Amino acid sequence: MTVVFAATPVIPNFGGGSSQFACERANRLFCPNWVSRNWATVLWPALRQHVELTLIAVAIGFVLSTALALTAYRRHWVERPVLIITAILYTIPSLALFELLEPLPGFGLSRTTAEVALVSYTLLILFRNTLTGLREVPAEVRDAARGMGMSDRQSLLRVELPLALPAIIAGLRIATVTVISLATVASLIDNEGLGSPILAAISNEVFKTELIVAGGMAVLLALLADGLLVLLQRRLTPWTRARAV
Amino acid sequence: MNNFVEAFKFIGRNGQVPGAPPLPSLVHLTLETVKIAGIAMAIALVIAIPLGVWLGHIHRGSFVAINVGNIWRALPSLAVLAIGVAFLGIGLGNVLLALSVLAVPPMITNAYVAVDGVDRDLVDAARGMGMSGWEILRKVELPLGIPLIFAGIRTSALFVVSTTTISALTGYSGSLGDIINNETSYHLSGVLGAAICIAVLALVVEFALAGLQRLVTPRGLKLAGREDATSAFVPIVGESS
Repeated sequence: MTVVFAATPVIPNFGGGSSQFACERANRLFCPNWVSRNWATVLWPALRQHVELTLIAVAIGFVLSTALALTAYRRHWVERPVLIITAILYTIPSLALFELLEPLPGFGLSRTTAEVALVSYTLLILFRNTLTGLREVPAEVRDAARGMGMSDRQSLLRVELPLALPAIIAGLRIATVTVISLATVASLIDNEGLGSPILAAISNEVFKTELIVAGGMAVLLALLADGLLVLLQRRLTPWTRARAV
Repeated sequence: MNNFVEAFKFIGRNGQVPGAPPLPSLVHLTLETVKIAGIAMAIALVIAIPLGVWLGHIHRGSFVAINVGNIWRALPSLAVLAIGVAFLGIGLGNVLLALSVLAVPPMITNAYVAVDGVDRDLVDAARGMGMSGWEILRKVELPLGIPLIFAGIRTSALFVVSTTTISALTGYSGSLGDIINNETSYHLSGVLGAAICIAVLALVVEFALAGLQRLVTPRGLKLAGREDATSAFVPIVGESS
């Protein structure tokens, strides 16, 4: 794909054999000087874009799949078609999906194409986890809520959804790390995010420092996001820990 | 839509572009993709399944099997491939290493959970009948754990197939991803054709493994109705790529 080369910023970030820095000429594993020179222009913007891409995709995926899960919770027949369609979307490899969306009207080499594909990978996980979480609320608990005079809506909002939170957040964790991973591949389409410096480094005589730093940042971002969601889950559902003790 | 028509024509020509010198055929690239994915899966299977099953059998190491599996699963595939290229250079070695590393966690976690989660009463009953630890593993725990163990294998296999195509982005040549990475030679129609082939390949692998899973699931479990029609197609939890 020609876009790979477009990933190289206007200011060349690697002089290769002609660089004035010995470390970069020798293409050593890690040149700190290159990182500090390119942090503000290449690495930081890529990280910020990566976080934006991820947040947008997970947020849209979460809203869509929660709506679908709530519908399927009340109307059982909805479950199967949704599962089959989302499973097929999930099965299509990302590289293929990005390319298949690109020629469609309104898509092209844009963030829209990237986001639509990224959202499609969150649906199966989020839908299934939310629905399973809701279904696993014990019947006695639901009866108790009704016995206390709660309407269906009150029971859902105050009893069933809170009890399903651990499952919902477990789904969010998987969906988030999946999107962070696939957003690196999305750089092929919209030339942003941490995949951008990775693709640039490959086409730039396999510049090692950039590969390691950008790759490392993607790995750390995924681990950090996963860790934050674990903390969120502990904060929102203190009772799950109390029970475990 | 004309692009898609051209894409199917490209597939019909087995990956050749009119007016261009002969290119590697689609069939060849598809088989290469399957071969690389197969080797990586074989390496990962040999490491992950015995380890996960053994840890589950002795009911130890849940931290390793589950938490490390979770952390490991968070690794972005393109980032792992890229870091591998920095250390090992572009080549099959780096691709196989990255693919095997990424394929291990879902299989360890699932194999562990499958064997560890077998009803303790059943294991006690088997022990009471005089079975040794090995016999319990072979005749009770493994047959009952098969659906879950297999679900892990399916998750990994799907992941490995898609990551194999992504390896083209890190310069490795020899999979269907090559075509997507080379629009200059193949034009949009070729790229689309390759994308269709990759999607179909992944779906075929998924269906084939789902079918295989049914074949190896003990009849008793099927009769107990633990496996409904959709669960055979929907992977347990995993990460797409």
